[in-house]
Amino acid sequence: MVTTEKPKYKVVGTRPIRPDGVEKVNGRAEYGADVSLPGLLPGAVLRSPHAHARILSIDTSKAEAMAGVRAVVTSADFPPREGDGPQARDNVLAHDKVLYVGHAVAAVAAVDLHTAEDAVELIEVQYEVLPHVMDVRDAMLDGAPILDATLRTGEPDGSKGDSATNVAQHIHYEKGDLAAGFAEADIVIEREYETTMAHQGYIEPQNGTALWGPDDQIRIWTSTQGLFAVRDTVAGMLGLPVKSVKVEPVEIGGGFGGKIPTYLPPVAALLSRKSGKPVKLTMSRKEVLEATGPTSGTYMRVKMGAKKDGTLTAMEAWLAFEAGGYPGSPVGAATMCVFAPYACANQVIDGYDVLVNKPQTAAYRAPGAPASEYAAECLIDEIAEALDRDPLELRLQNSVKEGDSRADGFTYGPVGHVECLQEAQESPHYQSELSGENRGRGVASGFWFNIGFETSMAAQIQSDGTVPLVMGAVDIGGSRASAAMQFAETLGIASEDIKPHIVDTDSVGFTFLTGGSRTAFANGWAAYECAMDMRRQMEERAATIWDCDRESVRYDDDGVIRGPAAAAGAPQEFTFKELAAELPNTGGGIVGRADVSKTTHGPAFATHIVDVEVDAETGKVEVLRYTAIQDVGTAIHPSYVEGQMQGGAAQGIGMALNEEYIWDDKGRMVNSSLLDYRMPTALDLPMLDTIIVEVPNPGHPYGVRGVGEVPIIPPAPALHAAIYNAIGERMRTLPMSPRRILERTLPDDE
Amino acid sequence: MQDLRYAKVSTVDDAVAALQAGGSTARVLAGGTDVIVQARARTRAIDMLIDIKGIDEVLQVAFDADGGLTIGAAAPCYRIYGDADVREHYPALIDCSTLIGGTGVQGRASLGGNLCNSSPSGDSIPAMIVLEGRAEIAGPNGRRTVPVEDFCTGPGRNVLEPGELLVSIHFPAPAPNSGAAFLRFIPRNEMDIAVVNAATQLRFDGDTVSWARVSLGATAPTPLFVTAAGEALVGAALSDETIAAAAAASKAAASPIDDMRGSIKQRKHLSAVYTQRTIAIAAERARG
Repeated sequence: MVTTEKPKYKVVGTRPIRPDGVEKVNGRAEYGADVSLPGLLPGAVLRSPHAHARILSIDTSKAEAMAGVRAVVTSADFPPREGDGPQARDNVLAHDKVLYVGHAVAAVAAVDLHTAEDAVELIEVQYEVLPHVMDVRDAMLDGAPILDATLRTGEPDGSKGDSATNVAQHIHYEKGDLAAGFAEADIVIEREYETTMAHQGYIEPQNGTALWGPDDQIRIWTSTQGLFAVRDTVAGMLGLPVKSVKVEPVEIGGGFGGKIPTYLPPVAALLSRKSGKPVKLTMSRKEVLEATGPTSGTYMRVKMGAKKDGTLTAMEAWLAFEAGGYPGSPVGAATMCVFAPYACANQVIDGYDVLVNKPQTAAYRAPGAPASEYAAECLIDEIAEALDRDPLELRLQNSVKEGDSRADGFTYGPVGHVECLQEAQESPHYQSELSGENRGRGVASGFWFNIGFETSMAAQIQSDGTVPLVMGAVDIGGSRASAAMQFAETLGIASEDIKPHIVDTDSVGFTFLTGGSRTAFANGWAAYECAMDMRRQMEERAATIWDCDRESVRYDDDGVIRGPAAAAGAPQEFTFKELAAELPNTGGGIVGRADVSKTTHGPAFATHIVDVEVDAETGKVEVLRYTAIQDVGTAIHPSYVEGQMQGGAAQGIGMALNEEYIWDDKGRMVNSSLLDYRMPTALDLPMLDTIIVEVPNPGHPYGVRGVGEVPIIPPAPALHAAIYNAIGERMRTLPMSPRRILERTLPDDE
Repeated sequence: MQDLRYAKVSTVDDAVAALQAGGSTARVLAGGTDVIVQARARTRAIDMLIDIKGIDEVLQVAFDADGGLTIGAAAPCYRIYGDADVREHYPALIDCSTLIGGTGVQGRASLGGNLCNSSPSGDSIPAMIVLEGRAEIAGPNGRRTVPVEDFCTGPGRNVLEPGELLVSIHFPAPAPNSGAAFLRFIPRNEMDIAVVNAATQLRFDGDTVSWARVSLGATAPTPLFVTAAGEALVGAALSDETIAAAAAASKAAASPIDDMRGSIKQRKHLSAVYTQRTIAIAAERARG
C-alpha cells in the first residue's frame, strides 16, 4: 500500500466487523422478497413475446373471471396521460406499443402464484407485429424501423433534428485541433470495436410489494438503490403527492446500477388498489434478464495519432450505444470517459444514443465507461506495440495530472493515475517473469468520475454513550460500516458504539441513491457534519454543566470534552460516555443532524495487470494471475475497498470473456438463464490481488474518492492485450469467448 | 409452476401402474433436477410426479467383479462417485458424475435421470455408451434392456413407451488392460452445459489397441456412438496417425447445430480435440 503523508486515524483504515454482517451471514436479514404481510397476494406479469409491436387491444375479461383472481391491471389503470410521446411509466406497463421481448403489458394478483400465472395466460392481447431493429448501425440507417415516431435527435447545440429517427441524442466534444494533431503524428491507427449487451447479474431478482390503504396512503417494500427515487417515481406515475408514498427499507442483494430504475412497485400498487390487499411481485431470473436494464451493446470507432517519442497527438472517438426501447443509454458518460486518463491536446468525441428493440438499458457499474475506455485502451496498447514501448510507460508519459482538462471541459484536481501506473510498474506481478506457450500479459487503465449529491443523516446519543445513526442510503457495499466509522472517527469514539440504521423515506431527509461510487464519500461527509453538530451541542451542554463560557469548552478529536479549571484547580473534562450519562438530567438528549450535497467528489483511476493462458485448441482463456491497482483517496475500511476492487474486476472479466445477450432472428433473448448467460464462478477466477493507492481527495474530510465503479473498466482491455500477447490475435469484439477466439484462429476450411 | 399431483411409490410395479394411470402428463421424479425445472418453467406439460426414490432397486449401486456394475436409475451422483468400486473400476463415471451441476445438484441428480432427459449434451451419456451400458426398462409388458447408445431418439426423446420407466443401467466388468475417460468442453469451469463432450474406452493387447469405443455429445440430435472412431484405433499401437484418424472420424460423424452454446465450426473442431484428449487419458488409465 502506498502511504502518502496523511493524518493518523484511529478508526478510519481499520477493519471492524460490519454492523449488518451477522444477520446477512445467518440468513435473518430481510430482503425484498422476504416481505410478508397479512392478506398478501402474489402477482404475475404478462410480458410481450414480440420485439416490436403495436398493441391493438387487451382483453382481460377471462383472467378477471378466473377463480382466485383478485385484480388485473394494464396501463389503462394509470392516471390519464399528459402530453405526447413515451413516458417513463410506459416501460412499467406498455401503453400503445411494446418495444422489446419481455416488455410488461399487464399484471394479475391472485390468491396464489399458480393462479396468477395461469390467469396471465388468459389475458388476450392483439398485436400488430412491426419490423424490429437490434443493431445500432442498422437503427441509424435511413429507412430503419422507427420505434418512436415523435422522436427527434437532440443535437450538441441544443437544437432538435427535423425527421423521424432512432437517434435520441448526439453528443459532441472537442478540444485543440484534431487535424493538426494527426498531421503531427508519426503513426496513426484507427480501429473498430464492438461490445454486446451485458447484465449486472445481481443475485437477488427484482421485487416489489405495495399496500394501497383506503386513505390513499401507499407503503412500498422493494429492493432498490434509492428509496427516495422509488418514492418519487411511484408518486409521479400514480399522480399522487409525494407525502402519500412511503418506501420501507429492506436489504438489497446487489444492484450495480440495475436497481436504480423502478419496475414492479407501481404495478404492485395498482394491483393493491384494485384488490384492497397488499400485493407482492417478484421476477424470475428470465424476467430479470429480459425485462430489466442491462448495459448497452455498442459499436465504436477510435483513431489515435502518436509521435515516435510516444506523445499522443490526436484522439478521435465515434461511439454508438444501444439505449433500448426508450432514450437513455450511458453514452454521455462514455464520451466523457473515453480518453479521460490521457492529456492529449487534440480530441474529437462523438456519441449517439440509439433506440433499438432491446430491453431498456440501465446503469451498470461505471455506466458507459467499460465500453468506451475498452476501445481506447485497446488502441493505446496497439500504439505502444507500434512504437515498441512498454504499455505502462507509454501511459505514464501521456497520463493526466492535476490541472489537465478533458475534452468536455472538466479540469482535474489532484488525481492518482500516475501513482497507479508507478505502483503497477513496481508491483511484484509486473516485476515477475511470465513464460510458457500461449501465455500473455496485459495491462490497462480506467477512469471514473464518482459523484456527490444529497445525503441526510441524524444521530442521537443514548445515556450509555452508544449512538443510533439514521441514514437514507441503501447499504450495498458496506456503507453502514463506512458511515459508522467516519462518524466514530469524528467523535473520537469506537465504531462499535455506533448503530447505523437505514430508515424509511418519512424518517430521514432526502438522500440520493446508492450509486455512482458516492455513498462512502457522501455518507462520510454527512457523518462528519452530523458528528460535528453533535460535538458543538455537547460543548454547549458541558458549558452549562460547568457553568462556564461556551467558548472555553473544547471537544477534542480524542473524544474528550475539556473545559476551564474548576475552583479546586483541576481541569474539568468529560469523556464522551461520561457526558452522555449527564444528558438526561441536564436538558435532555442531543440529536445531531446533517444535510449535505457536496460537489467535491474525487475522480478515481485504476490500472490492472493480468496474465492469461489461452488453450489454442479450444480458444478458452484461463486467467492465471490478476492484480488491481487503484487510487481510492482514503480506504475507510480496507477489506471492503479490496472487495469492491475484486468485485469490479470479476464483473469486468465476465464481460470480457463470456457474458453476452444472444438473440434469435425474432429479437428474443435465447440465453435468459444463468446457465447460458455465463458469469464467472469462483472456479473461473484466480485470487484477484489488490494494491490500494491513497492520494487523498482534498474535497473530503477523510480524503475519500469513491471506490466501487472504476475497477470494472480495465479488465476487458487488459485481457485484450494479454490474449494478443498470448496468441497474436487482437480480439476487438466483446466478449472474447472461446467461440470467438477459436473461430478467429481456425483456418477457413476447417 | 403449476399445481401438481404427487405420488410416492415403493415398487417398480406400482410405478408402472401409476405411470399408466397418469397418462402423458405424468412424469417420473428421481432427483428432480431437470423435471422440476421444466415444471416450473412450464416447458413440459406435467400435472403429476411419481417419486421413485422409495424403490430400493432404483437406488442401488452394486458391483460384482464378475457381473459388473448396476446403477439404479435414481442413484444420485454423490453415491456413485463416493463408491469405492466405481472409483476403482469405472473412473469415466467419476469423470462425469463429479461435474454434472454443482455439489448441491450432485446430491440429487442421477445418471438415469440424465439419460431419460435425453438431452444431446447429457454429460453422463457418452461415458455410459463407451462403458457398454445397458438400460433396464420396466413397463406394462414386463422388462426389456436397451443399449445406452440406442436409448435416446432425439432431443428430449427416447425409447421409453407410455407406462415404462428406466430401472437401472448395467455395465459389464472392465476387461484387463482397459481404460476409459470422459471430458467436456464448457466456456467456464463449472455449472455449465457441454458445448461438446466425449468419452473413449480402450482395451490393449500389449501395445496394440484391441478394442475401442468412442462417443460424442452435443454434436447431433442424440449422443453419438462413433464406431468409425473406434475402428480407426483398433489393430495398431496408438500413434499420432491413429489418434488423428479417430479424431477425423469423430469430426466427420458430428452433425451439430449452431446455437447459443456453440457454432457448427466450433463443435466439429472440438469433436476432434476432445476425441484426442479422451483417448490420451483412457490410454493412460489402461496402462496405469
